[in-house]
Amino acid sequence: MRDLLEIIVKALVDHPDQVEVKETEEGGSVTFELHVAPSDIGKVIGRQGRVVKAIRTVMKAAAIRDNKRVSVEVLG
Amino acid sequence: MRSVEAKGRTIDEAISNALTLLGVPRERVAIEILEEPSRGIFGMLGAREGRIRATVKENKEEFVHDFLGRVFKAMDLEVKMHSRTENGCICFDIEGPNLGVLIGRRGQTLDALQYIVNLAAGKATGEGGRITLDVEGYRKRRNEALVRLAKRMAEKAKRTGQRVVMEPMGAGERRVIHLALQNDPDVSTRSEGNEPYRRVIISAVRR
Repeated sequence: MRDLLEIIVKALVDHPDQVEVKETEEGGSVTFELHVAPSDIGKVIGRQGRVVKAIRTVMKAAAIRDNKRVSVEVLG
Repeated sequence: MRSVEAKGRTIDEAISNALTLLGVPRERVAIEILEEPSRGIFGMLGAREGRIRATVKENKEEFVHDFLGRVFKAMDLEVKMHSRTENGCICFDIEGPNLGVLIGRRGQTLDALQYIVNLAAGKATGEGGRITLDVEGYRKRRNEALVRLAKRMAEKAKRTGQRVVMEPMGAGERRVIHLALQNDPDVSTRSEGNEPYRRVIISAVRR
């Protein structure tokens, strides 16, 4: 799942080399903390959160198979 | 994206040096001038070569094939993809076993992935033009069902003389409804409300 998140985010930002994903798991929930270059934060969130919403939707689909809950948070 | 920096006594020379390095024709690269060449005094003193950066523009269809390939691999999905161009829109048909997860409830996963693919491809290639994704003919079937539904609801509006308010739908699906009824002179359609609860309203036209 982490790979998937990195593939998607790196394709959307201007500085793919500054994309970092931190993964923490607790019970059946996985949380991804997404770090990107400050100038890329807007690109990852999108107008009215449209981009991050789409990312979360795709990540949720990927998590169904593993029977996990997943959350994605964007941090600078 | 592949890119190189190259030098030359003129910009043209720098470009042709870059093309040799990249091994692609001129029309496939974007050139950015980093430093203009200067001839200096007496052709030697202070002469400086020009510097450019040449970046290979990716073919949109190839980019999407590659991008989706990596996405599906990361999702552990076995898929076959076919692409075709239709009225300036690149359509990808995706097939394989157990692809229900890719569609999601009312196609929301498919819509999300399609949105991401469009953003990524636009960024990588700088080209406009829409990309649509379909999984196992889902969109095609859904569109056919929407057209049937639109016609039924239009009949209802005409019969009762009252407006028919449809379920909330995404932009793509609302478009299908509007298009399905645009040639029917007895009804008019419009969309009301805010996303994601925006819905189509069909009203009978009194003549």
